[in-house]
Amino acid sequence: MSIVLKLKKSDYDKMLKHCKDGLPNESCGLLAGTVEGEVKTVTKIYLLTNIDASNEHFSMDPKEQFAALKDARANGVEIIGNFHSHPESPSRPSEEDKRLAYDPSIEYLILSLQEADNPVLKAFGIDKDKNVTIHEIQYI
Amino acid sequence: MTITVAGNKKEYEDGINLPTLIEKEQIDNAEYVTVTINDEFVEREKFPETIIKDGDVVEFLYFMGGGAR
Repeated sequence: MSIVLKLKKSDYDKMLKHCKDGLPNESCGLLAGTVEGEVKTVTKIYLLTNIDASNEHFSMDPKEQFAALKDARANGVEIIGNFHSHPESPSRPSEEDKRLAYDPSIEYLILSLQEADNPVLKAFGIDKDKNVTIHEIQYI
Repeated sequence: MTITVAGNKKEYEDGINLPTLIEKEQIDNAEYVTVTINDEFVEREKFPETIIKDGDVVEFLYFMGGGAR
Protein backbone atom coordinates (compact mmCIF):
# COMPACT_ATOMS: atom_id res chain seq x y z
CA MET A 1 0.00 0.00 0.00
CA SER A 2 1.35 3.38 -0.99
CA ILE A 3 -0.45 6.19 0.76
CA VAL A 4 -0.14 9.73 -0.55
CA LEU A 5 -0.98 12.81 1.49
CA LYS A 6 -1.94 15.89 -0.47
CA LEU A 7 -1.24 19.13 1.39
CA LYS A 8 -1.75 22.69 0.25
CA LYS A 9 1.41 24.75 0.27
CA SER A 10 -0.50 27.47 2.14
CA ASP A 11 -1.40 24.96 4.88
CA TYR A 12 2.22 23.88 5.08
CA ASP A 13 3.19 27.54 5.50
CA LYS A 14 0.65 27.94 8.34
CA MET A 15 1.98 24.81 10.02
CA LEU A 16 5.57 26.00 9.70
CA LYS A 17 4.75 29.43 11.13
CA HIS A 18 2.82 27.87 14.04
CA CYS A 19 5.75 25.61 14.85
CA LYS A 20 8.34 28.38 14.55
CA ASP A 21 6.20 30.70 16.68
CA GLY A 22 6.01 27.96 19.32
CA LEU A 23 9.76 27.58 19.69
CA PRO A 24 11.55 26.57 21.83
CA ASN A 25 8.61 24.26 22.61
CA GLU A 26 7.02 21.59 20.48
CA SER A 27 3.88 22.66 18.65
CA CYS A 28 1.00 20.58 17.40
CA GLY A 29 -2.19 20.53 15.38
CA LEU A 30 -4.73 18.49 13.47
CA LEU A 31 -5.42 17.84 9.81
CA ALA A 32 -8.93 17.49 8.42
CA GLY A 33 -9.75 16.20 4.99
CA THR A 34 -10.89 13.34 2.83
CA VAL A 35 -9.70 9.82 2.16
CA GLU A 36 -10.22 8.22 -1.24
CA GLY A 37 -8.48 4.90 -1.45
CA GLU A 38 -4.82 5.55 -0.83
CA VAL A 39 -5.06 9.30 -1.37
CA LYS A 40 -5.61 11.50 1.65
CA THR A 41 -6.29 15.15 0.93
CA VAL A 42 -5.96 17.77 3.64
CA THR A 43 -8.66 20.42 3.36
CA LYS A 44 -8.00 22.31 6.58
CA ILE A 45 -5.43 22.41 9.34
CA TYR A 46 -6.06 23.31 12.96
CA LEU A 47 -3.36 24.91 15.05
CA LEU A 48 -3.65 23.58 18.59
CA THR A 49 -2.05 24.35 21.94
CA ASN A 50 0.65 22.09 23.33
CA ILE A 51 -0.61 21.96 26.90
CA ASP A 52 2.71 20.40 28.00
CA ALA A 53 4.49 23.64 26.96
CA SER A 54 7.67 21.59 26.58
CA ASN A 55 10.41 21.29 23.98
CA GLU A 56 10.46 17.50 24.38
CA HIS A 57 6.78 16.59 24.76
CA PHE A 58 3.40 17.57 23.48
CA SER A 59 -0.20 16.88 24.44
CA MET A 60 -3.11 18.36 22.57
CA ASP A 61 -5.78 20.27 24.44
CA PRO A 62 -8.82 17.93 24.35
CA LYS A 63 -11.23 20.87 24.18
CA GLU A 64 -9.45 22.24 21.13
CA GLN A 65 -9.33 18.74 19.66
CA PHE A 66 -13.07 18.42 20.08
CA ALA A 67 -13.71 21.87 18.58
CA ALA A 68 -11.63 20.89 15.55
CA LEU A 69 -13.53 17.62 15.23
CA LYS A 70 -16.87 19.42 15.34
CA ASP A 71 -15.73 21.95 12.76
CA ALA A 72 -14.48 19.18 10.49
CA ARG A 73 -17.79 17.32 10.78
CA ALA A 74 -19.69 20.54 10.02
CA ASN A 75 -17.64 20.81 6.84
CA GLY A 76 -18.31 17.19 5.85
CA VAL A 77 -14.76 15.98 6.41
CA GLU A 78 -12.91 13.94 9.03
CA ILE A 79 -9.80 14.32 11.13
CA ILE A 80 -7.25 12.45 9.01
CA GLY A 81 -4.03 13.27 10.79
CA ASN A 82 -2.08 15.26 13.26
CA PHE A 83 1.24 17.07 13.27
CA HIS A 84 3.83 18.13 15.78
CA SER A 85 7.26 19.67 15.68
CA HIS A 86 10.61 18.35 16.77
CA PRO A 87 12.54 21.52 17.62
CA GLU A 88 15.90 19.80 18.07
CA SER A 89 15.59 16.34 16.52
CA PRO A 90 14.96 14.77 13.12
CA SER A 91 11.60 14.19 11.47
CA ARG A 92 10.94 10.67 12.61
CA PRO A 93 8.66 9.19 15.27
CA SER A 94 10.34 8.90 18.65
CA GLU A 95 9.66 5.91 20.88
CA GLU A 96 7.22 8.09 22.79
CA ASP A 97 5.54 9.19 19.56
CA LYS A 98 5.04 5.56 18.61
CA ARG A 99 3.86 4.52 22.05
CA LEU A 100 1.28 7.33 22.12
CA ALA A 101 0.04 6.79 18.56
CA TYR A 102 -3.29 5.24 19.53
CA ASP A 103 -5.17 5.77 16.28
CA PRO A 104 -3.74 3.59 13.48
CA SER A 105 -6.08 5.14 10.91
CA ILE A 106 -4.56 8.63 10.83
CA GLU A 107 -1.42 10.26 9.46
CA TYR A 108 1.29 11.36 11.85
CA LEU A 109 3.26 14.33 10.54
CA ILE A 110 6.48 15.51 12.12
CA LEU A 111 8.09 18.83 11.27
CA SER A 112 11.73 18.95 12.22
CA LEU A 113 13.16 22.39 12.96
CA GLN A 114 16.55 20.96 13.86
CA GLU A 115 18.13 23.01 11.09
CA ALA A 116 16.65 26.49 11.31
CA ASP A 117 16.87 27.20 7.59
CA ASN A 118 15.93 23.69 6.46
CA PRO A 119 12.63 22.54 8.01
CA VAL A 120 11.77 18.93 7.16
CA LEU A 121 8.19 17.66 7.14
CA LYS A 122 7.47 13.95 6.82
CA ALA A 123 4.26 11.91 7.09
CA PHE A 124 4.06 8.51 8.75
CA GLY A 125 1.60 5.75 9.35
CA ILE A 126 1.89 3.96 12.71
CA ASP A 127 -0.03 0.72 12.99
CA LYS A 128 -1.31 -1.13 16.08
CA ASP A 129 1.98 -3.02 16.38
CA LYS A 130 3.84 0.30 16.20
CA ASN A 131 5.30 -0.42 12.77
CA VAL A 132 6.13 2.84 11.05
CA THR A 133 5.76 3.51 7.34
CA ILE A 134 6.69 6.72 5.60
CA HIS A 135 4.11 8.26 3.29
CA GLU A 136 4.64 10.60 0.37
CA ILE A 137 3.56 14.21 0.76
CA GLN A 138 2.41 15.93 -2.42
CA TYR A 139 2.18 19.70 -2.22
CA ILE A 140 -0.77 21.15 -4.13
CA MET B 1 -33.15 4.14 19.97
CA THR B 2 -31.21 6.18 17.44
CA ILE B 3 -27.96 7.83 18.42
CA THR B 4 -25.16 9.51 16.53
CA VAL B 5 -21.73 7.96 17.00
CA ALA B 6 -18.71 9.63 15.45
CA GLY B 7 -20.97 11.42 13.01
CA ASN B 8 -22.99 8.34 11.99
CA LYS B 9 -26.60 7.57 12.93
CA LYS B 10 -26.88 4.16 14.58
CA GLU B 11 -29.52 2.01 16.20
CA TYR B 12 -28.88 0.60 19.66
CA GLU B 13 -30.99 -1.06 22.29
CA ASP B 14 -32.31 1.21 25.02
CA GLY B 15 -30.46 1.44 28.30
CA ILE B 16 -26.90 0.58 27.26
CA ASN B 17 -24.13 2.22 29.21
CA LEU B 18 -21.04 3.90 27.84
CA PRO B 19 -18.59 0.98 28.31
CA THR B 20 -20.99 -1.27 26.38
CA LEU B 21 -21.20 1.25 23.56
CA ILE B 22 -17.40 1.48 23.45
CA GLU B 23 -17.18 -2.29 23.26
CA LYS B 24 -19.83 -2.58 20.54
CA GLU B 25 -18.16 0.16 18.51
CA GLN B 26 -14.89 -1.83 18.71
CA ILE B 27 -12.88 1.23 19.67
CA ASP B 28 -9.16 0.44 19.57
CA ASN B 29 -7.13 1.45 22.62
CA ALA B 30 -10.32 2.48 24.40
CA GLU B 31 -8.45 3.29 27.58
CA TYR B 32 -6.90 6.27 25.78
CA VAL B 33 -10.16 7.63 24.45
CA THR B 34 -11.97 10.68 25.78
CA VAL B 35 -15.71 10.73 25.24
CA THR B 36 -18.14 13.55 24.72
CA ILE B 37 -21.91 13.17 24.81
CA ASN B 38 -23.90 16.09 23.46
CA ASP B 39 -20.74 18.23 23.58
CA GLU B 40 -20.04 17.47 27.25
CA PHE B 41 -16.90 15.61 28.29
CA VAL B 42 -17.61 12.49 30.35
CA GLU B 43 -15.22 11.80 33.21
CA ARG B 44 -13.72 8.33 32.93
CA GLU B 45 -14.88 7.28 36.40
CA LYS B 46 -18.43 8.06 35.33
CA PHE B 47 -18.34 5.84 32.24
CA PRO B 48 -20.10 2.85 33.88
CA GLU B 49 -22.96 4.94 35.24
CA THR B 50 -23.44 6.85 32.01
CA ILE B 51 -26.52 5.56 30.19
CA ILE B 52 -26.84 6.41 26.53
CA LYS B 53 -30.19 7.97 25.63
CA ASP B 54 -32.15 8.26 22.41
CA GLY B 55 -30.84 11.15 20.31
CA ASP B 56 -27.47 11.37 22.05
CA VAL B 57 -24.49 12.50 20.01
CA VAL B 58 -21.37 10.61 21.04
CA GLU B 59 -17.81 11.37 19.97
CA PHE B 60 -14.59 9.51 20.74
CA LEU B 61 -11.34 11.43 20.92
CA TYR B 62 -7.97 9.75 21.15
CA PHE B 63 -5.41 11.29 23.43
CA MET B 64 -2.85 12.85 21.11
CA GLY B 65 0.61 13.46 22.35
CA GLY B 66 4.22 12.47 21.98
CA GLY B 67 7.74 13.53 22.53
CA ALA B 68 11.06 14.04 20.88
CA ARG B 69 12.84 11.15 22.60
